[in-house]
Amino acid sequence: MSGRVFLFGDDIDTDQLAPGAYMKGGIEALAAHCLETARPDFAATARSGDIVVAGRNFGMGSSREQAAEALKHLGVAGVVARSFAGIFYRNAINLGLPVLVGADLETVADGDRAALDLDKSELRIVDRDLSVRLEPLPGNLRRMLRDGGLVPHLKKRFAAERTRETGR
Amino acid sequence: MAQTLAQKIIARAAGRETVAPGEIVTAAVDLAMIHDSGGPRRVEPILRELGVGLFDADKVVLISDHFVPGDTDEGARILELTRQWARERKVAFHDGEGICHVVLPERGHLRPGMFVVGGDSHSPTGGAFGAYMFGVGATEMAGVLATGEIWLKVPETILIEWQNRLGPGVVAKDMMLALCGRLGMDGGRYQAVEYAGEAVMALSMQERMTLSNMAAELGAQAGLIAPDAKSAAWLAAHGGEAGDWRWLNTDPDAELLEHHVFDAAALEPQVAAPHSPANAGPVGAAPPTRIDVAYIGACTGAKYDDLKNAAAILKGRRLAAGVELMVAPSSRRDQERAAADGIMAVFEQAGARILPNACGICAGYGVDRLGEDVTCVSSTARNFRGRMGAASAKVWLGSPFTVAAAAVAGRIVDPREFLAGGGAA
Ligand code: SF4
Repeated sequence: MSGRVFLFGDDIDTDQLAPGAYMKGGIEALAAHCLETARPDFAATARSGDIVVAGRNFGMGSSREQAAEALKHLGVAGVVARSFAGIFYRNAINLGLPVLVGADLETVADGDRAALDLDKSELRIVDRDLSVRLEPLPGNLRRMLRDGGLVPHLKKRFAAERTRETGR
Repeated sequence: MAQTLAQKIIARAAGRETVAPGEIVTAAVDLAMIHDSGGPRRVEPILRELGVGLFDADKVVLISDHFVPGDTDEGARILELTRQWARERKVAFHDGEGICHVVLPERGHLRPGMFVVGGDSHSPTGGAFGAYMFGVGATEMAGVLATGEIWLKVPETILIEWQNRLGPGVVAKDMMLALCGRLGMDGGRYQAVEYAGEAVMALSMQERMTLSNMAAELGAQAGLIAPDAKSAAWLAAHGGEAGDWRWLNTDPDAELLEHHVFDAAALEPQVAAPHSPANAGPVGAAPPTRIDVAYIGACTGAKYDDLKNAAAILKGRRLAAGVELMVAPSSRRDQERAAADGIMAVFEQAGARILPNACGICAGYGVDRLGEDVTCVSSTARNFRGRMGAASAKVWLGSPFTVAAAAVAGRIVDPREFLAGGGAA
């Protein structure tokens, strides 16, 4: 599946991703305001499969995981950035939103059609037949993403523990 | 093998002799702190889905602060759900007693050497007491509550040493703004920051908390300060227990990622221009800036020591015409102590509005928010666009001294001009 690239700069913070004024309500209302201060058309135009490409320290600030959840809710297939803020990075993986670090993102342009390949750790720019190399995810995080995030991952683990116990 | 303070705590929690930076380990959690926003309303549905209860209700502390005082319908509903959960799950609950990072140590929950997760990004505050404490999101917290453990990549340590002593009118907040300016919002690289040096150890515990708190603004995972007799005595006085803390230090030959040395004596009061703490510089170098609102609040900047510093400037003075000053003391205890010392009266006489002991405008979740085009100077930790209200609002960050000085001058000004009598704490 490919989607459109939305390009952002450095230090995109959690108050832009999940504005405080909408934190009381559900994810639907919150996601409608995701990144509106940086790019007013983002929430309205993002489609399933689209990819966010950003600079350094993406997701800095609050621990509110709605920052990652809002992107997922809008259908974003993943975020590629030069670096991530630690809590956001963990939250994204926990919610099953792929987040990958890439050093050479200069070639990626806003509006490019692109696809994220987690197994090969690359971002393919479809129209230009270009592949941007990304840092491979550590094994434990790859497994968690493959399970769909922390909750399904834990469910699997608890189910396995229960089977072991009843098998004894 | 020589170990850093961070490594020693993590090794203990992971049941290991030693751990090496970069290793991914699973550690047992000594304490989990949650609040009303990322807590019950978010974790309970996940616990239900997993079909499990709390790993240990005695190791969970719940604090309401983000939606206090419940001045919106949804906020009130979230608070009610929070209270109900506390009763059902039988966890320690501090309701409306103040902001989580301040209440947690104040009520004796922290001990040096603990491995703690908090459902809030300023959780590194616990590092001031020699606890390895870091923030996580709600889903991850639900995982911790279900299993009692969490994975982490053993961090490298960035040692930040402040030599000599701070001058009058210069405080921990200024140290942190200067660091944000120097190192940037990702200067901490999600590693462990450790603060040391004469100026750090000379700070009061609440001032040390400000250093650890704003490790979050450096993008560090934790912000540690090695325990000493001062932190042990403070904990003992607050119903906590220091236990054996003498092993909690970084070995002299432990490997560091970076070692920065700064001169505290040369530090001037700092302000950070909108919309990032990294836009910091000496207050004297700031462009002429008139202000509409002054805010003394948050876990970062409204503890007892912060209130006392602000009052040293406000005493006998009135707010500048057209300026609104709001004060939201970090905790009820700090407010009571400040009231007993006449500090709250100083705020009232100056014309300030006192807000509840909660996150208030810092979180921007409730009714009190900054209006369109307002210029605010604030003792909080973050000035991201739109955080405290309208996206058109401009927030400058400064110490409580600097916020108080701006409130009486009506513009951003060096607070030392108001401290001729040497009123600094
Ligand atoms: S006071 Fe502000 S920084 Fe502190 S916990 Fe509340 S919202 Fe976060």
